[in-house]
Amino acid sequence: MIISIVLKKIKNAFTDLLPIFLVISFFQIFVLKQPLPQMGEVLFGALLVVTGLSLFVQGLEMGLFPIGESMAHALARKGSIFWLLCFAFALGFSTTVAEPALIAVAWEAAEIASQGGLIDTSRESLSKYAFGLRMSVAFSVGLAILIGVMRILRGWPIHYLIISGYVVVMLMTFIAPKEIIGIAYDAGGVTTSTITVPLVAALGVGLASSIRGRSPLVDGFGLIAFASLLPMIFVMGYGLIIF
Amino acid sequence: MEFIYEFGKILLATCRDVLPIIILISGFQFFVLRQPIPHLRRLIVGGVYVVLGLALFLIGLEKALFPLGNIMATQLSDPAFIYGPGEIVTQADWKAYGWIYLFAAMIGFATTIAEPSLIAIAFKANEVSAGTIKQWGLRITVAIGVAFGISLGTFRIVTGTPLYLYILAGYMIVIVQTIFAPKNIIALAYDSGGVTTSTVTVPLVAALGLGLSATVPGRNPALDGFGLIAFASLFPIIAVMGYAQLMQWYSQRKTKYMEKKNAF
Repeated sequence: MIISIVLKKIKNAFTDLLPIFLVISFFQIFVLKQPLPQMGEVLFGALLVVTGLSLFVQGLEMGLFPIGESMAHALARKGSIFWLLCFAFALGFSTTVAEPALIAVAWEAAEIASQGGLIDTSRESLSKYAFGLRMSVAFSVGLAILIGVMRILRGWPIHYLIISGYVVVMLMTFIAPKEIIGIAYDAGGVTTSTITVPLVAALGVGLASSIRGRSPLVDGFGLIAFASLLPMIFVMGYGLIIF
Repeated sequence: MEFIYEFGKILLATCRDVLPIIILISGFQFFVLRQPIPHLRRLIVGGVYVVLGLALFLIGLEKALFPLGNIMATQLSDPAFIYGPGEIVTQADWKAYGWIYLFAAMIGFATTIAEPSLIAIAFKANEVSAGTIKQWGLRITVAIGVAFGISLGTFRIVTGTPLYLYILAGYMIVIVQTIFAPKNIIALAYDSGGVTTSTVTVPLVAALGLGLSATVPGRNPALDGFGLIAFASLFPIIAVMGYAQLMQWYSQRKTKYMEKKNAF
């Protein structure tokens, strides 16, 4: 019984990863016409990836989804909007501020800004710039989850909010320094990590299903959309203020 | 031995990612909600699975796939491979980069299928829509969007056209689609833009962008290397809404046809 469940999970994980193996071997053999280097190491790595993905999906169903939803239900039952919004902001801020991808992007941005002559090339001003950028992104993700939760509570239609966000992004693109635009656009994508996404999705769906008149499908999703839109605006705003 | 050390390092980093979440949730449970966490044992086991699974997944990728992907990205964008050995190129010819576009599209598709956060969202969407949104349907649609986006992004790097023009055009398409798309898919479509780019896609795609802008003549990695991730998070939105519109149009046509048939 347990063995068959485990086998099924491993089979699923294997199917998920099959395309990557196919693409890489196709290009390696037919286009670049070279044998796969370090075959043994690659196979061992692939084994780890399959095991890891099956464990992750199992843990998702057992841990992350239930805790996200039960928090949402408990907070909605408590009926305090203040604490709910606090939770939303803290969730967005705390999971983003230490995100390794964001730290890397912030440093790269600082280096580009110093090359462009926008800030000093000293290490101190670089780290100050990178820190400010990280803080503004983390703050914007916290704010984004907060706005998203407000939207679920009030039942605002998502497209007005997102489209006005797009308009702001477009307008800011014209006035922001051009060194920061590429990074600002990318910042939207890197903020949402693999552990945050399931938790935030469970929070939204749990909240929408515990409030009468909200549909989990129409109102429950959309938190991640805010979390990838607002950082773009904040990073460009940061660029405008600093320079 | 070295492997165990590396694994420990990645495991520690994953734990650090989870730490703020644990502190936040337990803080709220004890101080605000003031009640024990239901099914605590199951949650802890699940949490351990998530951390352990993610760490294994990451180290496997780092050991096996990323080095290979990076080597391939540099080899494919190498001028000697593209223009033939010995040729000196000063002006990039966008037609010569066919393999790059294909590689970008296929690697974008393949990594998106394996993206754990997309698996999570597809699972949730399937559960919430009572099965009308199929997990694999959503994942393949999103992956096609990413494939197209990254392919177009590499084209942009090769031609050196400004990033914002593409993004603005993409936004226009999204806005127009939002007006016509079925209302219940919109939130999910917006979300699917953000989830496509995490653990698997970002490192490979970033390597492709930076490698390409370093080897294409006349491009500056600092200015042109970025932006692929933006493409990868914009086009899935268009793809998901487009798919929903197609399905809606198809089912409307079917009902119209049935009505006509019944009228006779």
